[in-house]
Amino acid sequence: MTFEWTAIVDALPDLLQGLELTMMIALAGLAGGIVVGALTGALLTYGGWLAQAPAQIYVALIRGTPITVQVMFIYFALPILMNIRISAVNAGILTLIINSGAYNAEIIRGALESVPTGLKEAGLSMGLSFRKVLAYVIAPIAVRRALPAMGNQLVSVVKDTSIFLVIGVGELTRRGQEIMSANFRAVEIWTAVAVIYLIVISILALSLRFVERAARLP
Amino acid sequence: MSMVEFKKVSKQFGTHRVLQSIDLAVDHGEVAVVIGPSGSGKSTMLRCINVLEKVSDGDLLVDGLSVLGKPRDIRRIRLEAGMVFQQFNLFPHLTAMQNVMFGPIRSRGKSKAEAREIAAGLLRKVGLGDRMNHYPSQLSGGQQQRVAIARSLAVGPKLMLFDEPTSALDPELRQEVLRVMQTLATEGMTMIVVTHEMGFARRVGSRLLFMDGGQLVHDGKPTDLLSHPPSERFREFLQHVH
Repeated sequence: MTFEWTAIVDALPDLLQGLELTMMIALAGLAGGIVVGALTGALLTYGGWLAQAPAQIYVALIRGTPITVQVMFIYFALPILMNIRISAVNAGILTLIINSGAYNAEIIRGALESVPTGLKEAGLSMGLSFRKVLAYVIAPIAVRRALPAMGNQLVSVVKDTSIFLVIGVGELTRRGQEIMSANFRAVEIWTAVAVIYLIVISILALSLRFVERAARLP
Repeated sequence: MSMVEFKKVSKQFGTHRVLQSIDLAVDHGEVAVVIGPSGSGKSTMLRCINVLEKVSDGDLLVDGLSVLGKPRDIRRIRLEAGMVFQQFNLFPHLTAMQNVMFGPIRSRGKSKAEAREIAAGLLRKVGLGDRMNHYPSQLSGGQQQRVAIARSLAVGPKLMLFDEPTSALDPELRQEVLRVMQTLATEGMTMIVVTHEMGFARRVGSRLLFMDGGQLVHDGKPTDLLSHPPSERFREFLQHVH
């Protein structure tokens, strides 16, 4: 076969539009997932029995089911159960937030637990409330310890957006599939799609490493 | 009124009684040195004072405030009772300067400029005027412990608690920490010191407390107790630490 560069050139505007949507969903999912993960992680670490139980069930539920099933449930089953309408893009974002939130929660719990008790006691013994100790002592140290694992998680959030082609979200992978089914240039189109993902994720991974280095303690 | 007053204080971890009905009053300006074998309850007794441990029974007053009081009272107790730990527990993400500024800013509500002035003065006092911008990991153990002492003092406590402050240090680094503590004592700071440093107890202590099995067994002047051990158990203990 011959590699038709023109097929890629023709597809590029469409693919980049898909990438835009991919990034939008990924960023919303990342941000929401970090917030949900931080709250759930704090509950898992410091919450009483009553707060811990639902947090544990949530994490077990999400980690125990595939993300494809989760997005199907949110997009198709939730509207029936709760009588609400949700757009495919919003279903995708919601799935990412809930999904990455659960993984982040476990990472954050581990990081919080790894901060030595002595540091908490040092803060408390100076007359600070536990909240202040958490904000000014434990969190800054835990964040640094969570960064490498969080980085991996953030990268997989970007890749997970490709799953939303199953509910018809016009993100990068879906665009590729649509173009391919019109011109049958599978090699060119999937190469282009893969390279676009690779570039975006490499940039993300590099900037994460940069952040890690900047936050590193002497 | 005493600075610290234990009233029949007991502490239990599960079924294990770590402190058994302790009665003790420490007055302003006293330097009470607490010694005893490991597991005798020394550290637990100290940690009850600034409520890092909750007493199981009895009452404990710090400058008139009960450790059984409301969270606001407990925070006030902690503002008045500074704590120095065996493992220093400096905040690793902050420089020496920032560690010492932490208390004035976060718990006393001072401005950064005020806190900086307090911190710089205290760091010079403990002999670390030239290490202010170092991170804990860049300091020796002795230097870290001196920063930790400065950090506690910066909050403005009336009472200082020392939990084996030199036990994690190499012998040659202990003196620099003990010297700082001695200076503090001569300035009139009320201190309760859990330690194995008999030299310090004899030189600096105004009172020596010997604990064994969760009980306060002997209480007297360091020179008297050390030159005339009142019990066989105490004599044995002294032979082990020397």
